[in-house]
Amino acid sequence: MAIVDTQIEAIEQQRPGRFREFWNYFSENRGAVAGLIVFLSFILIAIFADVLAPYSPSDQYRDHLLQPPFWQEGGTTEFLLGTDAVGRDMLSRLIHGARFSFFIGLIVVSISLLSGVTIGLIAGFVGGWVEIMIMRLMDVILAFPSLLLALVMVAILGPSLINAMLAIAIVLQPQYVRLTRAAVLAELPKDYVTSARMVGSGTLRLMFITVLPNCLAPIIVQAALSFSTAILDAAALGFLGLGAQPPKPEWGTMLSEAREFILRAWWLVTLPGLAILITVLSINLMGDGLRDALDPKLKRS
Amino acid sequence: MSETLLQAEGINRFYTVRTGLFGKSATVRALSTTSFNLQAGKTLAVVGESGCGKSTLARVISMIEPPGQGSFTLDGTTIKADEPAASEIRSSVQLVFQDPYGSLNPRQKISQILCEPLLINKPEITAAQREEQAREMLQLVGLRTEHYDRYPHMFSGGQRQRIAIARALMLRPKLLVLDEPVSALDLSIQSQILNLLVELQDKLNLTYLFISHDLSVVKHMADEILVMYLGRVVESGSTEEIFTNPQHPYTQALLSATPVADPTLEKNRIQLEGELPSPLSPPSGCAFNPRCWLAQDQCKKESPELELQGTHSVSCHFPQRC
Amino acid sequence: MALLEVNNLTVEFKTSQGPFRAVDSIDVAVGANDVLAIVGESGSGKSVSMLAVMGLLPWTATVTADSMMFNGVDLAGLDSKQRRDIVGKDMSMIFQEPMSSLNPCFTVGFQLREALKAHLPLSRRERKHRAVELLEMVGIPEPTKRLGAFPHQLSGGMNQRVMIAMAIACKPKLLIADEPTTALDVTIQAQILELLLELNQQHDMALVLITHDMGVVAETAQRVSVQYAGQKVEEQSVEALFATPRHPYTHALLAALPERATGKMLPSIPGVVPGQFDRPSGCLFSPRCEFATELCVKEVPIANSDDPTSVRCHYPLGKSASVA
Repeated sequence: MAIVDTQIEAIEQQRPGRFREFWNYFSENRGAVAGLIVFLSFILIAIFADVLAPYSPSDQYRDHLLQPPFWQEGGTTEFLLGTDAVGRDMLSRLIHGARFSFFIGLIVVSISLLSGVTIGLIAGFVGGWVEIMIMRLMDVILAFPSLLLALVMVAILGPSLINAMLAIAIVLQPQYVRLTRAAVLAELPKDYVTSARMVGSGTLRLMFITVLPNCLAPIIVQAALSFSTAILDAAALGFLGLGAQPPKPEWGTMLSEAREFILRAWWLVTLPGLAILITVLSINLMGDGLRDALDPKLKRS
Repeated sequence: MSETLLQAEGINRFYTVRTGLFGKSATVRALSTTSFNLQAGKTLAVVGESGCGKSTLARVISMIEPPGQGSFTLDGTTIKADEPAASEIRSSVQLVFQDPYGSLNPRQKISQILCEPLLINKPEITAAQREEQAREMLQLVGLRTEHYDRYPHMFSGGQRQRIAIARALMLRPKLLVLDEPVSALDLSIQSQILNLLVELQDKLNLTYLFISHDLSVVKHMADEILVMYLGRVVESGSTEEIFTNPQHPYTQALLSATPVADPTLEKNRIQLEGELPSPLSPPSGCAFNPRCWLAQDQCKKESPELELQGTHSVSCHFPQRC
Repeated sequence: MALLEVNNLTVEFKTSQGPFRAVDSIDVAVGANDVLAIVGESGSGKSVSMLAVMGLLPWTATVTADSMMFNGVDLAGLDSKQRRDIVGKDMSMIFQEPMSSLNPCFTVGFQLREALKAHLPLSRRERKHRAVELLEMVGIPEPTKRLGAFPHQLSGGMNQRVMIAMAIACKPKLLIADEPTTALDVTIQAQILELLLELNQQHDMALVLITHDMGVVAETAQRVSVQYAGQKVEEQSVEALFATPRHPYTHALLAALPERATGKMLPSIPGVVPGQFDRPSGCLFSPRCEFATELCVKEVPIANSDDPTSVRCHYPLGKSASVA
């Protein structure tokens, strides 16, 4: 019988596994690791908001209106980051705000990813006029300034957090469609796809089991980056009064509520703004690292 | 005399391409009227340079593409131009690709790669039976059953080609189309795979359609040879005849151009002038006439037919007989 | 004195999984007008060693050598400016993929003139004249017309001729051809090899041919150096190598050629070429060698660098070794 390889064992033990290799590339990028750490703590804060926050985000302490953070004159360690105009604890509101932002990011990315990837797969596989129709429609959506489109949609559907998320998801979805279609077109002519056709795989099987897993790398990167876009857009809509409605402690809404105190109480505007900045920055840094690690075109051999 | 497994009758395949953005559409005659017979348990090799139509032939015979015209009969079932082939007949022919790095799905484990054909085509088989068959197949192609749960990237090129062969054999096909199965492999691995193919042919009574550009491999593997040039068969016959008594000038040139690993051998090389003409605008008459050193007026006007001369057929107005 | 003489060349790559030694103490000597073939499978370091000589490796590579003399100049001691004056002028290289070695954005003529401009003090008209001359020299029909052609308008064989024309533009003393015909059809391969040999004989140009094809080696080379997993295992004249290979690897490689087969089964080499993670101790070929003993597993065989016929093996095959 043909020769059985004696050396495969040795290769097995020493060649790093898939995850190990991914981590090697990812950890080469220090910014990405920092981003990952911040992002992970952001998730933990969102999950354990009830435990971490010293007060309820909606409890009003009328004796402590507009109290500054503790290190400033007039501040107390009772309210570490101060209170707002109706005496609610800023720290607790920010912690609970993380929960909203995380929730928004998750839902928006899930909706736009699922629909975008499915439409992209259809465009890539079916081709012909279906593909042309889909891609032109996506071009139309992309031609609108994204926030403006979301504004219009919220105006039609009515201002609420759910509608804002829906609007943002629709605005973000064309990127997934384009990305998926491009990846599918690159994978389709490969031999393993022909091989799957040879053994009689149906179109659905080809789409989701054969081809899709090989297109995931750029989609995952895009998902990470659009997570931050979603948070940013939701904050913007909240600021304009079209997203989450007060008294919900959403960061954008908090910013808009604090508009009139900009000059008197800096912490009311600065702290939610910083929270948004740090979260978005960490996710973008992490996304860059993900791209380095997952995109084989950039890999050094 | 063994039975005929594959009989092709006048199959061709044209593609329409547009030249440039506003250019007129042109026809590429990738494969012109081709007929041949293949006996069960034998190996038919198709040789030729790039653009000669050998890969198109492989795609038509393995039913990835339908023939443009003509038909072929595989194991008693006839496949015609406009009729999609039934799935039972599809599974009796399988294809092994040239590049073992591209032909295995990188996101599937070996177990999935091997079981997928059964899962789709024989849903009545239980998961345990599938696994048993897959493990047996792994051993048959010279891999160990421990390899069952690994991903393709953990294997070398030669091992991957073994896996590709195993996958092709899972449906117990009668005909295996091998599209340059060893040309992407290193020399020391190439001989392992060729040995495996010879062994499998003996054990499973397989019939091979062996596509290759490497004449030394073809000489070793084939029982019969089809020499193609620009979408046409220019000569066909038994391996013995083609190598000892080539009659078409192109076959002679091809044989003499192939380097031989023997520095002491003095060679009288036929140096072919020029390049392969574009298949978009093949020369009139015999396709080989612009490069042929024997071409005469007749060659530029009339296209020669493939004629049976003795035991092998040649498509040339002035075949060289010795 | 040899034109190119490299002693004890080692190339290491930094990878994310630690250093990887692609070339392991290799000696290369090429005389003026020599045709040396470097043979090996993928991963044998045959291309890397020549790229190291040319100074064309990426920054992840560390090149060390006892000496790298070319035409009386030590290549190791040169700064990048001085090196550029030699590389591309006295020593040039052609690659496997002619299609991707030429810039698709520019015409063949432009690229050819650029190559001339870099090294020769010629006027615009002289350059154009020389470009036509070069295309004629490498056997391209209608050279004046072809100057205006883009690489994608020419076939693979034509592009390889253009690459050769660029490489010989400054009359180099040494041409390194890295698998120059692997991507081409056999009838075109025969033309290109013929052209290279012609240039070698008529223009006093030494040729280093990197290849994996034993047939090409047999028909073109004068001397052959066989590499395995980054090491040179033996070097002989071409006739001697094919008649009496001395290293078991060469012996097995030749025996595995289908054209030398006597039966239906080919004598094959078990296993695979060791990669980065599975380098055996002792002789690198020992796990696959039919003659290996305990000594081979323990001790690394070293070739005697003073003796040009010496072999990197504890038990070199004698003259009586039969070739199947």
